[in-house]
Amino acid sequence: MFVFIARRIFQMIPVLLGVTLVVFLIMQMVPGDPAVLLAGESASDEQVQQIRSQLGLDEPVVTQYFTYVKNVAQGDLGTSIRTNRPVIDEILTRLPITIELAFWSILVTIVLGLLAGIISATKQYSFSDISLMVVALLGVSLPNFWLGLMLILYFSVKIQIFPVSGWGTFMHVILPALTLGTGGAAIVARMTRSSMLEVIRQDYIRTAKAKGVKERIIVYKHALKNALIPVITVVGLQFGALLGGTVLTETVFAINGIGRLIIDAIRMRDMPVVQGTILVVSIIFVLVNMIVDISYRFLNKRIDLN
Amino acid sequence: MQLETVKKVKKPLLQVNDLKQYFPIKGGLFGRTVNHVKAVDGVSFDIYEGETVSIVGESGCGKSTTGRAILRLEEPTDGKVTFQDKDLLGLSKRKMRNMRKDLQVIFQDPYASLNPRQTVGRILEEALEILNVVPKKERPQRVKELLEQVGLQAEFADRFPHEFSGGQRQRIGIARALAVEPKLIICDEAVSALDVSVQAQILNLLKKLQRQYNLTYLFISHDLGVVRHISDRVIVMYLGRVVEIADKKSLFENPQHPYTKALLSAIPEASRKRKKERMILKGDVPSPIDPPTGCRFHTRCPLATEQCKVKTPEVRQVGPEHFVACDVI
Amino acid sequence: MNKQDQDVLVVKNLKTHFFTEDKVTKAVDGVDFKVKRGETLGIVGESGCGKSMTSLSIMRLVPSPPGKIVDGEILFKGENLLDKSEEEMRKVRGNEISMIFQEPMTSLNPVYTVGEQIAEAIRIHQNAGKKEAWNKAVDMLKLVGMPSPEKRAKQEPHELSGGMRQRVMIAIALACNPELLIADEPTTALDVTIQAQILDLLKKLQNELGTAIVMITHDLGVVAETCDKVAVMYAGKVVEYTDVDSLFENPKHPYTEGLLNSIPKLDEDVEELQAIRGSVPSPSDLPKGCLFAPRCPYARELCHQSLPDLTEMDGEIKVRCWMHTEEWKREDTPITNDKDQTDSDKGVTLYAAGNS
Repeated sequence: MFVFIARRIFQMIPVLLGVTLVVFLIMQMVPGDPAVLLAGESASDEQVQQIRSQLGLDEPVVTQYFTYVKNVAQGDLGTSIRTNRPVIDEILTRLPITIELAFWSILVTIVLGLLAGIISATKQYSFSDISLMVVALLGVSLPNFWLGLMLILYFSVKIQIFPVSGWGTFMHVILPALTLGTGGAAIVARMTRSSMLEVIRQDYIRTAKAKGVKERIIVYKHALKNALIPVITVVGLQFGALLGGTVLTETVFAINGIGRLIIDAIRMRDMPVVQGTILVVSIIFVLVNMIVDISYRFLNKRIDLN
Repeated sequence: MQLETVKKVKKPLLQVNDLKQYFPIKGGLFGRTVNHVKAVDGVSFDIYEGETVSIVGESGCGKSTTGRAILRLEEPTDGKVTFQDKDLLGLSKRKMRNMRKDLQVIFQDPYASLNPRQTVGRILEEALEILNVVPKKERPQRVKELLEQVGLQAEFADRFPHEFSGGQRQRIGIARALAVEPKLIICDEAVSALDVSVQAQILNLLKKLQRQYNLTYLFISHDLGVVRHISDRVIVMYLGRVVEIADKKSLFENPQHPYTKALLSAIPEASRKRKKERMILKGDVPSPIDPPTGCRFHTRCPLATEQCKVKTPEVRQVGPEHFVACDVI
Repeated sequence: MNKQDQDVLVVKNLKTHFFTEDKVTKAVDGVDFKVKRGETLGIVGESGCGKSMTSLSIMRLVPSPPGKIVDGEILFKGENLLDKSEEEMRKVRGNEISMIFQEPMTSLNPVYTVGEQIAEAIRIHQNAGKKEAWNKAVDMLKLVGMPSPEKRAKQEPHELSGGMRQRVMIAIALACNPELLIADEPTTALDVTIQAQILDLLKKLQNELGTAIVMITHDLGVVAETCDKVAVMYAGKVVEYTDVDSLFENPKHPYTEGLLNSIPKLDEDVEELQAIRGSVPSPSDLPKGCLFAPRCPYARELCHQSLPDLTEMDGEIKVRCWMHTEEWKREDTPITNDKDQTDSDKGVTLYAAGNS
């Protein structure tokens, strides 16, 4: 087990290097010279040149990349062009908000998804199964910014139980978490259903029945733990989609998280911030996937260590 | 007796020498090969033309791996396989494919190897086509002959594999193997999945075809009753090694190796005759990753001595056609 | 104790059918047998004969839909199990009637330790506390001959070999000291040396605990080794019910005879085995008359016309065959099946798609 975790962490290194390279290259390819942008329209060529050498932009691309990686490794993501604060500080002030939103959203995903999936599977082809799966299909297909707007329209504007936007209290969390979590919940529900149906056919469920175990216990004790194994992978993947979703959701609900930071930075061509946030989000994604892998392995010891 | 002297003079059709098949196990921090599953670990035997040699043993003894290694379905780690004076392991892939004309195989589940979207006639024609043994316009006629030879109606050529029962599919598998007029057929658990009444039909068919075409069989099975019925000589394997080779009569009536004895006594016999004394082995077969030192059977052997734990027994002759790898008996 | 009390299980005219959109599959269609206290009954037959479905019917575990027990009685200690509610059945399962299955590799839940899985049965039926049940589970492992039971109890199924897992299954089944154990091909997936260990264990435990066993198997060797009485099944029906000595020495039904002749013997050499011609009919497309008639070497016109009853012969032996009836003596039509066809499938209908 220890070797497995150690190896998974070890395997993260090339992935993370790859991420820095991709982020770096994308930024290289974006049109527009950051030095010109920083210096302003009216600046002379010398001034631009000076800023360029100050930022190391006159070095060869490869050297720039290595400097970038070295800085990143030391926690230095550069300085925001817009606010002149270190990018890492910008990110760290916004990150807790996004993490909180992500936490509640993934909770929505897991709780709603599992419940719907289990009900569907245990009552296969019943009215509740079919209606839940229709709802799940809608959940997968509806874009979440639209869902967000509809929720605001109804719950905040029409019946006015939740605030329209902003952050701070638990009431602020509910609508964005629902917006962000339902898409995943729909996918998790469908996955849980098929996984449960698969597990219920297994020989060990027959063994449990032959032991005289109650139907309810068979479902929640014997079947669910096995059925969760593939669901965990889906939840992990949903986390990635969720991070992407924060960009839109935070914009719709005017929440000052990482998502909005990216949008604002792109709009202002604040390249160090864009680079930094993408990098941080990617690292989080890689970490979450590693945790999913490890817990997957923990739940399912039958998977060969290799 | 006369036959045996003839055999002695004749060259073997297939010679297997010190065959080894190791499968690597990856592990550790960097996914290197940390160990090997020694599935087949130094197996040698000869097969003469027209005879049936069986390999028996329990799961994990390496009997099927041996068959696959001879056919190079998996590339063997080491050893030598000579078929009609040709070194099979030295052949190029292409030349080996041509050898498949002489070396055919029948598996336990013929259904898995029959294309479900092809008619039986098409499957058989394809076999004829690949090795180009029969001119194109004679092929449909040959397919009909093949089907009749394996006890199926010629009209079945137009049907698809799923329309047949297990026994009939195995007949199709046999017809396909037979199509290229091979010299040696390796039957890998070929009747194991069949019900006894159908199994008997297939065994009879295999015997009939052997007489008709002077076929040689390498018959791999875990069922000693079936092995006794079909074989001339029997090889008993345990954990990747040969423990005993003998002609059928000596093996079943006078087994020498303690493992062979245990195996024979473990089979529940379908009769009410006087119950033989049971010899029940303790424990499970050890892992082929770290097989026991010395004689591999010593951990379960009732006769094991200290010597058995360290010294690997050599195969030695105990009768005219009887060889055994045990130092105690 | 009178005779009725001695019969732990009496199955009368059991019929379990499967209803799918376009057809009815009569998986079990007329099964009769009884099992006495401490006795072993073998149910033997080839694949698709309905022997496993018979065992699931006794446990009332037939997958439903599409399966349904449509007729018959299953009397366990005099009470008809078919009249019991689901709740009452749960108290019987794993407690008074237990079952072990063919696949030890997949019959245990992979995510719980084997100790927990044994303890669960004890906690359900014996109202035992967690600790008490665990200790009993370890005792059970000791009873089934598991080396170092305390350590093994904490292991998960994937850490055990096939033989060890089957021992665990036996421990689960016997944990509540049931009166009847149904063993559905318990050794089919195991190697012969391990099979010998398991059969030996079952025999030993039966002697100690006095459990009646229904042994479901396709292997007549296992029958010879373990059973007292035997029910031979063919295409959903019992065709012969007899004691084990008569089965091997004097088989009454041509199918039983054919089965015995098909098995290659370990102590004699024959050039050719006497195989049964053709193959088992598809359960959704059964022949008219005696189900075995199309494959039977003795069949006459009568056999193709009507189905014989399971009739009592001498003692407790019962046979479903016209040859052993009064009608047979009057039957003078010629034998219908040509013996020359033993090696061929000619004249036998093909399997319909999906039924093999």
